[in-house]
Parts: sequence; structure tokens; C-alpha cells
Amino acid sequence: METVKKRMHQLGLPRIIIIAFIILIFIGAFLQGQDMKQLVSDSLVRFGMNLIFALAMMPAILSGIGLNMGLAIGIVCGLFGGLVSIEMGLTSWVGIACASLIALVIGSAVGVLYGRILNGVKGSEMLIGNYLGYAVVYLLCMFWFIAPFKNPAIIWPMGGDGVRSTVTLSGYYEHVLNNFLSFQIGGVTIPTGLFLFVFGICWIIRIFCKSKVGVTLQAAGDNPEYANSSGIHVNRCRIIGASLSTALGALGIVVYAQSYGFYSMYEAPLTMSFTPMAAVLLGGATMKKVSVWHAIIGTLLFQTMLTAALPVANMLLPDGNLSEVFRIIVSNGIILYALSQAGGER
Amino acid sequence: MGKNGKVRGFLGKNIVPLLFACFCAVGVYYSGTGIPTILSDLVNRFDRNALLVLSLILPVISGMGLNFGIVLGAMSGQVGLILVSIWKIQGLPAILIAMLIAMVVASFCGFLAGKMLNQTKGQEMITSMILGFFANGIYQFIFLFIAGGVIKFSSDLLLSSGIGIKNTIALDSMQYALDDIKIFGVSTKVDLFTAMMFFGALFLLYYLFRVLVKKNREKKYRIRLGISAALIVAGAVGYNLPALVMYKMMVRVPIPTYLVIIGVCILIQAFMKTKLGQDMRAVGHDRKVAASAGIRVDKVRIQAIILSTVIAALGQIIFYQNLGTMDTYYGHEKVGTYCVAAILIGGASVQKATIGQAILGTLLFHLLFNVSPLAAQNMFSNSMVGGYFRMVACYGIIAVALILHAWRSRVDRKKKSEEV
Repeated sequence: METVKKRMHQLGLPRIIIIAFIILIFIGAFLQGQDMKQLVSDSLVRFGMNLIFALAMMPAILSGIGLNMGLAIGIVCGLFGGLVSIEMGLTSWVGIACASLIALVIGSAVGVLYGRILNGVKGSEMLIGNYLGYAVVYLLCMFWFIAPFKNPAIIWPMGGDGVRSTVTLSGYYEHVLNNFLSFQIGGVTIPTGLFLFVFGICWIIRIFCKSKVGVTLQAAGDNPEYANSSGIHVNRCRIIGASLSTALGALGIVVYAQSYGFYSMYEAPLTMSFTPMAAVLLGGATMKKVSVWHAIIGTLLFQTMLTAALPVANMLLPDGNLSEVFRIIVSNGIILYALSQAGGER
Repeated sequence: MGKNGKVRGFLGKNIVPLLFACFCAVGVYYSGTGIPTILSDLVNRFDRNALLVLSLILPVISGMGLNFGIVLGAMSGQVGLILVSIWKIQGLPAILIAMLIAMVVASFCGFLAGKMLNQTKGQEMITSMILGFFANGIYQFIFLFIAGGVIKFSSDLLLSSGIGIKNTIALDSMQYALDDIKIFGVSTKVDLFTAMMFFGALFLLYYLFRVLVKKNREKKYRIRLGISAALIVAGAVGYNLPALVMYKMMVRVPIPTYLVIIGVCILIQAFMKTKLGQDMRAVGHDRKVAASAGIRVDKVRIQAIILSTVIAALGQIIFYQNLGTMDTYYGHEKVGTYCVAAILIGGASVQKATIGQAILGTLLFHLLFNVSPLAAQNMFSNSMVGGYFRMVACYGIIAVALILHAWRSRVDRKKKSEEV
């Protein structure tokens, strides 16, 4: 009994609630006669395509910036990279490689700028990151309208100018990663390529955290005053953190889109930073501490819940979007919980 | 300070409103719309939004920054409107009962929000923003699934399945119920010049009272007396000038709502002179000093948020009685952002906000909002660009204002620590 209690305590209240909720949803789905295999397959894909966004929170938290609410800045960089690769007519592996490369380069460059701004506003990074993100997304909205892309797959079908609101990837690199070496076990499809790729990124981040730069980064985030007095450039560490986070966000949208099948342009990136934030917090991260496992567990739980809740809720109540409402409540609730746990000034 | 220094000081202090006034001027010029049309729209927009923007002032004074949580107040207002619609109450009584309900709900929400913000001192703005999103989820859950789903009732407000409130609610009987109260059958929504004369006379009486009865013989009162008199004269002249007949025909000013707005301004002004108002100012200035002076800081902060939420709730009801149809699920979502942008454009900051800034900001922000799509249509032959431009301006101004604030307070802190 004692060990059970201890384990429960280790797990933490938010995870217990969510796991109980997921079990409830799956029982519901089973009773409704939903296609369970499909449900599990979908959950796995959703987990894979969202994991990189959650990982993008890591460098930001570790370097002391906190949750990166301006992740949308990275996402628009990735969208730009993706569009350029399509404009050049690159398909399949070359296409996605090119898109990722451009996304990473632009993302890290813009991230340096973003990090510099955040260095000036220590203590309000989340709020300012959020509004900078919104402003940049709308600035890019204006840009998409006048961007000189020529490929008919990108621009509006009629009228010519400007990027269309959803750019389809079929015929370019839709499902390249998902389908690579994918196989079925008992009717459940395993997207091997996607998993190899995202777990590869996890592995790289783990190595980075143990490297010299990674350790200094964490020292700077852990206790800035102490790090400063022991000769670490705290501000530089934070810029590296912001840059990595933004670059991962940019890479994240390319991987997300190859699985989703579309690049959603214009206002779509606005809300995308909330789900990964909620995911890492759900996984057990705090405003100061995070590990790869937090990102993996959190994304798995959160995405499974969202994916499974959708068909169950739709059968329960055809009108209204119950699972969307749950997403809003759970993701903002967990961020609020984390904010209150961080504690305010006296 | 020489004349040059004075000019520079004025520019430095008012750079944001001046910049946006320039944007507005360019927008008005390129929109190609007649001034009467723009003015008529602006009068309505001000009527709709003034109270919501004014609701931001008290939390700023109490040192809690810009309260993005007025979204909670807006939701409370909508709860009131939904209830009176279900009960089929009509006209002005409906508005008044909705306001009563909204004030109760808003006080409760404000109390909870205040408690939460006391847990996260120093991060109030981000917390209030997330709180708004969270409350939005709860609100949707209640009105999409609980209403009709758990609490069964029949109403034509419900969706066809019987579960959940409709996306839009027509407030036909309530439209203009406050804007246009009929006094003995006489409309109180009057043309521009009559309104000018009315408010001119009102101000004239007030300042005459101050000068003659209260013996405030200062220069500023005499100037204001003159301005009020000039307003009456201008109104009378405009009323009879054939060249301005378009203004007289198109611009209708809803006197009762404007009186409510002026009333709230006076109340806030008077409130700041009370003990509680002074306590708020002290808490905003320095929490520790206030606490050592025996002020119960946490309680004062909660009270500031409750008042802010209640004013916002009333504001949202006034908003929808003017608009006439309620957007049940998205009407409140952007209220926080828009109002914060408006007050910042008026020249307010995270630490300082006045009634004048709120009013100026509301006017400039909504003028820009009104003209930018058409102006962009004419400048870039694409109205969507204008729509996005105003969003960039809206979010950009918030980001820049917050960056400036964070930067300044860091410099101040550094100075302080160096002095120590």
C-alpha cells in the first residue's frame, strides 16, 4: 500500500487525472464500438507529429527563458522553408530535407534575434513572447498575400497573387516519414520513419544536454546570478536557448505538415504553441525543470487524449465540438496550474 | 526648460498617440470615405467600447498591470444577456436585469481571478491572459453542453438538438434599449449638433457650479468654462449651417449611453479619492511599503480586480445592446486584447493609466479599425492586407509597450541596486 501511495505521489495529480480520463475515454470508445485499432494508430501518428513542438520547449526552459510562448515565430519560419521547397519543385526526400534545412537555418537566425529581445525583458518572457508571436504571425499574413511565389500549388487557384490558405503536400512529400518502413501489428500501423526521426531528435537533444554547451546552458538557467559570477555568459546561453527552440519549432511544422498533408497558412500558427506547452507541463515539467522524458510522456498522454476523445465525443454529442472544448480547458488549466505552482513574488 | 525642450518633452511623452493619430489620418485620407460616415461609425464604436476600456484602469493603478482577464467580465455580461433572452424579458428592463445578473456573476469571477493573481504576483498579466482562455473553455462547456444537456429546459435559444445555446442570439427587443430611451415618446438618440449643445450645456452648468458655488477660481476651470460655451455655440451654428447637413443627418449620438460613460468616469475619479482608492494607489506604488503601513494588500488587489470585472461586464452588455446580435461563443474572446491595445494607443503604460488615455485610445484604435480595410483596399488593392495590418498594429503595440515597460523597470532596478 505504501509503495502504491509513493508511486501515485511520484506520478503527480495532473497525470493521474489525465490517465484516468484516457482510460475512461477508451472504455467509452470500446462500448460505442469504435475502431480501436484505428484509434491507437491515429494516436501514435499524432504523438509523433507533435513531439518536436514539445521538444522545442526544452532549450527555452533549460536556459531560463521559461515556456516559449512565441513558438509561432519558429513555426512561420518553418512554413517559409516549406513553401520555398515546394516552389523549387522538390519532391520526396529531397523536398523534405530541403524544407527542414531552410527551416532550421532561418529558425535559428530569427531565434537569435528573438533571444536578444527576450534578454532585455527578463521576467516577462512569456507574455512578451506571446504577443511578439502574434504580431509576427499577422505580419507574415500580410507577407503571404504579396509573396512572389509562382508555383500554382502554392498561390490561389484563381486571381493569381498570394499564398493560398492551405497548401497541400500530396505529390511533394506527404507522409514521406510516416510511410518509411511502416508496418502493421495486429491492425495497428506503426509509422516507423516518423518515430525514427523524432526519437533521433530526442537522442540528439539528450546528447546536447550532456555536452559542454548544454551543461553551461542548464547552469545559466538554474541560477543566473551564480552562473554569472562563475564566468558563464548567461545572456549568450539564453540566446542559444531561444535560437534552438525557434529552430526546433520550425523543423516541427515541416514534420507536422508531412504527416498532416497540408501547410496551414495565415492565422493557423496562432494557437499552435499552447498544446506543446501544456504537453510538457503535463509530462511533469515545471517552469524551471524539464527532460526529454517529460516531453515524450506529456505529448503521448495529451495527444492520445485529444485523438481518442474526438470520435467518442462526436458520437456522444454530434453538435458542438466537445473535444475542442476539452483541449481548451485542459491545456490552459495545466498552464495555470504551473503558473500558480511557480509561486509569485512576496 | 526652453520652448524647444518643452516641445520635445511633449513629443516624448505622447509619441504613441501621435504616431497612431498619423496612421489614422493617412487611413482616413486613403479610405475615400466621407467624414460624416466615418464619424457616425466612430460614435457608435465609442459607445460600444468605452466602458470596456475604462475597466482596465483600476488594476493598472493597483500595480497589477493590464488586466487581460476582463474577458471574464465580458463573459459575465453575456451570461446576463443569455438569461434574460431565455426568460423572454424585453426592452430596457431586460438590459437592467441582465446588468444586475452580470454584476453578481462578475463579482464572483473577479473574486476568483483576484485570488489566482495573488498566487502569481509579478506574473499577473500572463496569468490573467491564460485565465481568460481557461474561463472561455468553461463558458463554452456550460453553454454548449450543460445548457439543455444536463439542465433541461425548452427555449428557442437552444440548438435544434436541444443541447447547447445557438451561436448567435438576436437581441431585437433590446437593441438600442439603452441608447435610445424614449422619454414621453421623444427619442434620446439625437443628431450630432443637438448632442453638442446638450453636453456643452451640461459641462457649462457643472463648471459654473464649481466656479460660482465652490469658488474654484483656477485658470483651468475658466478655460473649461469657455470650451463648454464654445461647444454650445458650435452646436447651434452647425445645426443651422446647410453645408453641414450631412453631419446632421448621418451622425446620431445615443445620449443615455454617453451619460452612463461619463457617469462611470466621474465615479472612477471620485473613487480614487476615497480610502480604498488611495489604498489601491499605495499598493500599486509599492506593495511592501503599503503592507507595512497596515494596508491589507491581497484584499485590495482582489477588490481592484472585482471592480474591473464588473465594469467590463456592464461594458459588454452596452456593447451588445448597441450591436443587436450576440456572438455567443466568440464575442468575448478578443475583448481583452483589443481593449489593452486601445488603452496603450491612448498613451497608457503598464504602470500608469488615466481616464483621458482610455478615451483617447478608444477613439484612435477604433478609428484605425474602421478605416484600415478600405484604406488598404485603395492602397494595395487588397482589403485583407488592411485587416491584417490592424491586427499587426494591435498586437505589435502591445508587444512594444510591454517590452518598453520590462526594459525600463529593469533599468530602474539596476539603478536602485547600484544606489544601495
